[in-house]
Amino acid sequence: MDRRTTMKWVLAASAAWPLFGRGAGRAEPALTLRGYGTDPDLLAVYRPGELWPLTLTAPQRRLAGILADIIIPADDHSPSASAVGVVEFIDEWVSAPYPASQRDRPVVLGGFVWLNDEAARRFAKGFSDLAATELHGICDDICDESSSRWRDAARFFALYRDLTAGGFYTTPVGRKDLGYMGNVPLASFDGPPPELLKKLNLP
Amino acid sequence: MPFVTAKSQRDAYDVIVVGSGAAGGQSAYTLCMEGAKVLMLEAGRRYSPETETPMFQTPDLAPLAAVGTPQKPFGFYDATLDGGWEVPGEPYVRASEEAAGRFEWWRARMLGGRTNHWGRISLRYGPYDFKPHGRDGLGFDWPIGYQDIAPYYDKVELLIGVYGSNEGLENTPDSSPGCLLPPPKPLVSDLLMAQRARRLGIPAIPGHRAVLTRPLDFRRSPSRLHPGNVTAQQILAEDMRKRAACIWATPCGRGCSIRANYQSTTVHLPPALASGNLDITTDAMVYEVTLGPDGRANGVSFVDRTTGRQQHATARAVILAASACESVRILLNSKSAKFPDGLANSSGKLGRYLMDTVGTTVRGQIPLLESLPPLNEDAADGDQLYVPWWLYREQRAGKLGFARGYHIEFGGGKRMPGYGTGAGIEWLTGGSYGSKFKQDVRRYYGSFVYFDGRGEMIPNDHAYCEIDPSVKDKWGIPVLRFHWRWSEHELRQAVHMQRTFGAIIDAMGGRTHGAVETDGAKAIAPGGSIIHEVGGAIMGSDPGTSVTNPWCQTWDVQNLFVTDGAVFASNADKNPTLTIMALAWRAADHILERMQRKEL
Repeated sequence: MDRRTTMKWVLAASAAWPLFGRGAGRAEPALTLRGYGTDPDLLAVYRPGELWPLTLTAPQRRLAGILADIIIPADDHSPSASAVGVVEFIDEWVSAPYPASQRDRPVVLGGFVWLNDEAARRFAKGFSDLAATELHGICDDICDESSSRWRDAARFFALYRDLTAGGFYTTPVGRKDLGYMGNVPLASFDGPPPELLKKLNLP
Repeated sequence: MPFVTAKSQRDAYDVIVVGSGAAGGQSAYTLCMEGAKVLMLEAGRRYSPETETPMFQTPDLAPLAAVGTPQKPFGFYDATLDGGWEVPGEPYVRASEEAAGRFEWWRARMLGGRTNHWGRISLRYGPYDFKPHGRDGLGFDWPIGYQDIAPYYDKVELLIGVYGSNEGLENTPDSSPGCLLPPPKPLVSDLLMAQRARRLGIPAIPGHRAVLTRPLDFRRSPSRLHPGNVTAQQILAEDMRKRAACIWATPCGRGCSIRANYQSTTVHLPPALASGNLDITTDAMVYEVTLGPDGRANGVSFVDRTTGRQQHATARAVILAASACESVRILLNSKSAKFPDGLANSSGKLGRYLMDTVGTTVRGQIPLLESLPPLNEDAADGDQLYVPWWLYREQRAGKLGFARGYHIEFGGGKRMPGYGTGAGIEWLTGGSYGSKFKQDVRRYYGSFVYFDGRGEMIPNDHAYCEIDPSVKDKWGIPVLRFHWRWSEHELRQAVHMQRTFGAIIDAMGGRTHGAVETDGAKAIAPGGSIIHEVGGAIMGSDPGTSVTNPWCQTWDVQNLFVTDGAVFASNADKNPTLTIMALAWRAADHILERMQRKEL
């Protein structure tokens, strides 16, 4: 119903951010500029890589999975982000020919470079080879954009958390995790249960 | 054969209808059900909601979790094909790129046009809305009043199916008995909003939307709609029986394969086609209304998009229903010795007084709605409740600083998780990640609300469109250039909306996301972006200051009609689609009468 608001949220989540100093000038794989066109088949099932090639390298995908699972690990309710295809989703996102993706791509790839550099600086290892406490040591420093002294890295982390959540909560597993009950046909819509309304003091 | 090509069209029709959306659909429906032979020309492709609607598809099946892109701006599953803010090969020009002068134009090149994806909000204009100048001296009065159009509101509601309630509120008309379907049950968030808004003196009542909350009354409605016309009654009864009631699932903006909401392609066109009186040619891009030696329109010229060839179709009368701006564009491009500045433009008012709706949004988060038990809140896909304009007395007393009203569209609930569900919540979580983040997303899911203001814009001399002197589309047709300006009335109204929404969120015990905007120029959405653009060929009682008469008939060419939003002389806060349909039905009745009298 509220498509405009939804779009604003999406746009706000992927607002243009300054490029990282490093990483931005590297040669990147050429992206296909076609996209899915203005009249795609809406009934087909699309998998990442079908419409445009995925572009993350194997080491980037490894790091992408580790970071996604730090943000959304397995818990009592649901599995981790990488277990439901979030790495493929993020690869699809940063490889897409659309403006939001092209804005986000250097932020994500630059963020990966920063994480590896920071891991090397602090622990003399690559980010993907860090122990859990070491990973959290870095992430704790960049997870809050409002207070982090690594501003670019914190912006990257905020974007990456949005991408991870966006990939995760749009899957069947993510919907179940949130207790989403809809998208099933009902003979009638009866409104909220009376006991809940009573509890909330609503008429 | 209802779908015809340029080659298989008949030699002549009673009426050509340009466009297949709300105006075109209603015009063709009324004419065909009463026996007129109609050719409908649609610029976009043929589209079948029954087979093409992605009803239960989830975001994980789509590219990029179904988020919007320039090729599908309202999301992958939105029922807009070959359309959006930009249409490839069909540019338009903005006279200014500055924010204050920005105009955006949403088009959909498909059968049914924008009715396939629209919000389905169906509000009647009230008595004040047709006579705004008489009340505050601004803008223009319509040459008709509420009493002229009320019977047609009844008819349209009966035909398309609109839920809502009669509340007897000022300038918020009741429908005749039996016209409205019962409103859906409100959500928890709706009830909380209504309770707290009431404490501020702000009324929340059931919304009005073109969604079938129960099956249509196929036994009684057809005879109310087509008295004395047994054939039409039978066709309509049969078609109404084929429309299912809402199943309380799947977003309306994708369209509806079971025909439980209104879109021209599922409501107007099927019975019109079943009458045997409607031919439709899709991929027919009309660019000119042609005139005969007698000064009457004799047809239209169009580009057959499948061949690129220019074609002509002939009829006794022509109805432009291509959307306000596209109809104006066709008229401006129809130049002749008699009409060097565009057809039906002797007043010089063609393209003038373009209006959109004042729009602004405030979002908030409500702790009372956190961590509620799992609930199915798909409901009617929104607008279970809304707030009609309520400050008439204060406005009359000059206390508000702006002249016209707005309504509030409210939303909340545990909607289908999308890309944004867990995104951008650092302002609440302090940047959590890991297990804490998962707990946070569960906690906040369903606790977000939004308030969209939708307000009246007063027509002004600085908001208009004209033909750009150099830019042409891929068919070689000159394109529109848009000029835009808001007045202080709209900017102040947008600030009032922001303050009000902030106050309601506060009263709900919540917090707004970001500060309430106090600068109207920053609060207001760009012109055109609410997609309620109307005006450009306004109706009036004086041929010197208006383009059409009260019957949507152009003053200059007696068999040429404009039945879309272009004829609006004002743009009340009420979303325009229901009024477009009511005007189109009324105009079609008038055309039928005049054809019977051999005047057309």
